[in-house]
Amino acid sequence: MMLELGLNQQPAHTRQGSSIGQPLTRRDGFLKVTGTARYAADNHPPGMLYAVLAVSSIARGRVVSLDIEAAKAHSGVVEVMTPLNRPALAVDPDAKDHPFMFRLDLLQNDGVRYPNQSIAVVIAETLEAATEGAALLSPRYETLPARVGLDGGKSFVPRGVGVGNPAVQEKGDVEAGLESARTRIEAAYETPAQYHNAMEPHAIVAAWDGDQLSIDTPSQGLAMAQGRIAGLFGIAPRNVHIRSPFLGGGFGSKGMISGPQVLGILAARLVGRPVKLVLRREQMYGPVGHRAPARQTLRMGMDGEGRLTALSHHARTTSSTFDDFFEPAADASHTLYASPAIATSHDAVRLDTGTPLFMRAPGEATGSIALESAIDEAAHACGMDPLEFRLRNYAEVEPMTGKPFSSKALRECYEQAAEAFGWASRPLQPRRMRDADGFLTGWGMGTATFPALMFQAEARAVLRADGSGLMETGAQDMGQGAWTAFAQIAADGLGLDIDQVDFRAGSSDLPNAGIAGGSGHTATAGMAIHNAGAAVIARLADLATGNEASPLFGAGNEGVLARGGRLYRRDDESRGESYSEILARAGLAEIEGHGKGAPDPASQETYAKHAHGAVFAEVKVDPDLGQIRVTRLVGAFAAGRVINPRLVRSQYYGGMIWGVSFALHEEAVTDRRSGRIQNANLAEYHVPVNADVPSVEALLVHEDDPHVNALGIKGVGEIGITGTAGAVANAVWHATGVRPRRFPIRIEDLLG
Amino acid sequence: MRDFDFIRPATISDAIAAAAGPGSAYLAGGTNLLDLMKGGITSPERIVDITRLPELNRIETLDDGGLRIGALVRNADLAHDPAFAKAYPAVAEALLSGASAQLRNAATVGGNLLQRTRCSYFYDTASACNRREPGSGCSALGGENRLHAILGWSDACIATHPSDFCVPLVALDTVVEIEGKEGRRHVTLEEFHRLPGDTPQRETMLEPGELIVAVRLPAEAASFAAHARYLKVRERTSYAFAVVSAAAALVVDRGKIRGARLALGGVAAKPWRARSAEAALLGADADEASFVRAADAALADASPSGDNAFKIELARRIVVRALMAAKAGTPERMPALPASPFSSIPGVRHDA
Amino acid sequence: MTSKTTIPVHLDINGQRHTLELEPRVTLLDALRDRLGLTGTKKGCDHGQCGACTVHVDGERVLACLTLAAQAAGRTITTIEGLAREGELHPVQAAFLEQDAFQCGYCTPGQIMSAVACIREGHAGSDEEIREYMAGNLCRCGAYPHIVAAVRQAALEAAS
Repeated sequence: MMLELGLNQQPAHTRQGSSIGQPLTRRDGFLKVTGTARYAADNHPPGMLYAVLAVSSIARGRVVSLDIEAAKAHSGVVEVMTPLNRPALAVDPDAKDHPFMFRLDLLQNDGVRYPNQSIAVVIAETLEAATEGAALLSPRYETLPARVGLDGGKSFVPRGVGVGNPAVQEKGDVEAGLESARTRIEAAYETPAQYHNAMEPHAIVAAWDGDQLSIDTPSQGLAMAQGRIAGLFGIAPRNVHIRSPFLGGGFGSKGMISGPQVLGILAARLVGRPVKLVLRREQMYGPVGHRAPARQTLRMGMDGEGRLTALSHHARTTSSTFDDFFEPAADASHTLYASPAIATSHDAVRLDTGTPLFMRAPGEATGSIALESAIDEAAHACGMDPLEFRLRNYAEVEPMTGKPFSSKALRECYEQAAEAFGWASRPLQPRRMRDADGFLTGWGMGTATFPALMFQAEARAVLRADGSGLMETGAQDMGQGAWTAFAQIAADGLGLDIDQVDFRAGSSDLPNAGIAGGSGHTATAGMAIHNAGAAVIARLADLATGNEASPLFGAGNEGVLARGGRLYRRDDESRGESYSEILARAGLAEIEGHGKGAPDPASQETYAKHAHGAVFAEVKVDPDLGQIRVTRLVGAFAAGRVINPRLVRSQYYGGMIWGVSFALHEEAVTDRRSGRIQNANLAEYHVPVNADVPSVEALLVHEDDPHVNALGIKGVGEIGITGTAGAVANAVWHATGVRPRRFPIRIEDLLG
Repeated sequence: MRDFDFIRPATISDAIAAAAGPGSAYLAGGTNLLDLMKGGITSPERIVDITRLPELNRIETLDDGGLRIGALVRNADLAHDPAFAKAYPAVAEALLSGASAQLRNAATVGGNLLQRTRCSYFYDTASACNRREPGSGCSALGGENRLHAILGWSDACIATHPSDFCVPLVALDTVVEIEGKEGRRHVTLEEFHRLPGDTPQRETMLEPGELIVAVRLPAEAASFAAHARYLKVRERTSYAFAVVSAAAALVVDRGKIRGARLALGGVAAKPWRARSAEAALLGADADEASFVRAADAALADASPSGDNAFKIELARRIVVRALMAAKAGTPERMPALPASPFSSIPGVRHDA
Repeated sequence: MTSKTTIPVHLDINGQRHTLELEPRVTLLDALRDRLGLTGTKKGCDHGQCGACTVHVDGERVLACLTLAAQAAGRTITTIEGLAREGELHPVQAAFLEQDAFQCGYCTPGQIMSAVACIREGHAGSDEEIREYMAGNLCRCGAYPHIVAAVRQAALEAAS
């Protein structure tokens, strides 16, 4: 079962260039449009069995009995894995050594702590037999009352929110600021639990060979997954080989290895054969994370000119009863609007749900829809145009910290998007616009922002005697275009045409590329690639400049340029030689270099680093029936250097559509008595369909950032959802005069 | 999914014979049945595949001017049949507003009538549901029920029927042709679906083993062709079940209503024929005031079964709007967004 | 309970005839993926709610997850693997590539099979119509604007 992790198939399209900034079509595109891109569940090693989870239908209690005999009697069923026969693990799945080690449900006992928790695994010769075997287990439970909803438990202040931010932060005197204000607003907004619902359900194909473990599974963080699995099984990380060339979407839900994926590995160990385990869609509503619901209260005070005198943002959120992840929603108020006094705070309740986790713009998205709605309310209270109000409160330095921004082209974003949208002709008052068909029409805006994060990554670069290059890093492509963008950075770093570069990624056997998350993968792994390229070119330059036979002799390492597979003298480009000539002279088959990507601590200390954007939305609302349709979205984003505008635009579109979804569609409906999610499917858990997305435009605003990293990359994966959700909500207000205070906005909220 | 015997009969009578035993189910498009089987909501022991019975696949004009549509005619084929769409535009529009193009290519006329509710408690086998398991109770009562019934519900069941197709059909006096061991019989669609009462598990008038072989539209149904619309409010623009829908069909002569048909979808356990509204419309001026009176009549007996009082007001408004749309006249072409309140919005600019 | 017996099922897929011994409960989707190794057709929901498993049966788009393999016996089935001819991409595939009409790629085979049918049905006459008639294919990445552009491009090519 060899899986080629390079993309050697020649894409059947014309190259438009070969380096950073070019709108290349996807290098993996040919595979994806022909159905030959191999996702985890597409693997089928010889002798493979199928495993299907049985999951709990109660939210809290314990499993009293399972009809294992009935399952085993079903033709084709090979084994049933329960807490009684589950192979031993080296560590307790409930152990938590650090905040990012999330507790897993791996049949450690008969307890149930959320609906859809795994309670057994049925392993069979066919998928059909395993599925029916799981149904035949007919579990009986001892049930305790479920704790449901934002008021479902005693609230407390978490020790940290998000990745460990303080739950409560304050700058200046908010109460005094409110007291002194000419105008004040206070508003509360509720957002629901949301589920990632990547189109590809979590899947794993696991095969053991002694203590060597071979896995096909989608992962946004291969090295982390490798380390977690190795720890659980007590084997060396190098013995865990994970292939994840393509993720069918992740959005955060594939950042951490999930319980069901580990159960697939356990099942393979139990039966001594390769096993495939794929979550059923309904089983994705529990063990693989979600965005927690929130209730946010914002208070703002403004002076006579519409300047903020105080901004207070409180968020109530939820976590599971057994682990900690707290959506840092209120932190959205730290970075966007200047105010002499800012206070943010969080509290939480514990519910009988799976642990919430990172979901596309975790905290930022939830916080943004409330903040941008409240800013809109504040602008209206001051009688100001929402754009003018935002410009009046434009933050020249990061409001919470006072740090200068490493770069911030938000003004340009506002200008360009407003111009493209035609914002200037917007009436100030709501319910003033109707279209020719009588639909209420509204225009709203929101500011988008997302931090420019970097993590840790490594890459290995090789130059070969034939003049070609190899770049290796265990990067993950979940749709953002890593196969293409990283190849572009690699080609640039190696001074080669992109077709001369063999780019390998998507495997834990390659150097650790860090996590594809936090919109930081391109910057982090990109810098590792860039530095690896620089290292191997430096090595090559040493070979040339130190050799009298080379036309580059004596130029010094810094005096050499690399381009198109040749080194040139910086001071005389007529003098140069090809990589293969240099390597041939040195008698080397290949040379290699290594590079790392990581945030620069000095600039981290000095600068606030964020991408920014502005989003304008037009909605139509049926005046009688309350049905809403977004008819136009225009966004402008400044996120540092753009590696590939074609891919970046797609990322912005995707984020903006998530913003529409946040405002209008997504909501997990939980039965208040049982705690079970009643719409754990894709028919009634609504994500937008094509017809919900009429016209989208994303403008790429130029921004040079000398501080974020040498490549000037910020990140584009998540920013689109921020700003957009609020823009849609504000457009609904502008159309109807009804201020949305809970999301998704419902028909009944607009019936009047 | 439980395994089952798979039988493919060659004739209708073979099919009926094959399905005579308990635990049998007919398989047509399979779009609902297979979904239910995967969820363990229904577990037939024997599947009788009727998809290769050619006599069920015809659309015929009857001698009396009516139309007979075979039970196996697929939703897409019917909706896109130009003669059909011209004569029964609201039916075509309703068909095209349901599900997705892929599902409409599989789903059949007969299967559509037999669609089960989308009540989440019916689907959730860990919940009580009198419809799925008689006597177990109704978890929807007191549960998450903002989309549940506002008409004709009982304490035993507050589910709604999800079909779009059936809504204009019931308005147009459609008759269901049923064949069983005892021969062929006819039931009006209005009688075909039952209200829950104390026996919500008895969803239709079909007896065990009986097969829908066709539906018949009477000749008169085509007389509304110039003024017939279906309107459906959804929580996303497409590929969603109705929150509330309405089919309205009028005969208008010099401003007076000479014929009126009205039915609602998403409001009850059956497609809801609003006869009192029709009576209020007959002879009245074809104007908004009459339509508002009709809407009030249609919803006079409505009551919330939970957190769904808004559906009563929404239903009133959709009745008015559907009647206004019908009065305005059937559009020349099928709208790009069939049955959508936004069907009149022309395509907008696209940047790419 | 013991399983019922298997039945022989003849499937004509991408011009090739296959005979499988299947339990009747096997869906066309699982037959394609698990029995025949045709894994281009994806399973996103297994309930007819996402469109990822769209294939053509007798030239028309249907959902393989809600079709029993036995129901498709004797019919002509086309999957994403059968679209490109002799290494030459189908115009819809080429348009998807050119317009960046996908991101993660998981829904893409279903989108493309749906788009081919959408154009053939004559439902690609305007962007609004494309949006409606492609609404049965969810894309969580949000590639919709580019999907519309790709369908429009391929429809125009087909018309010229």
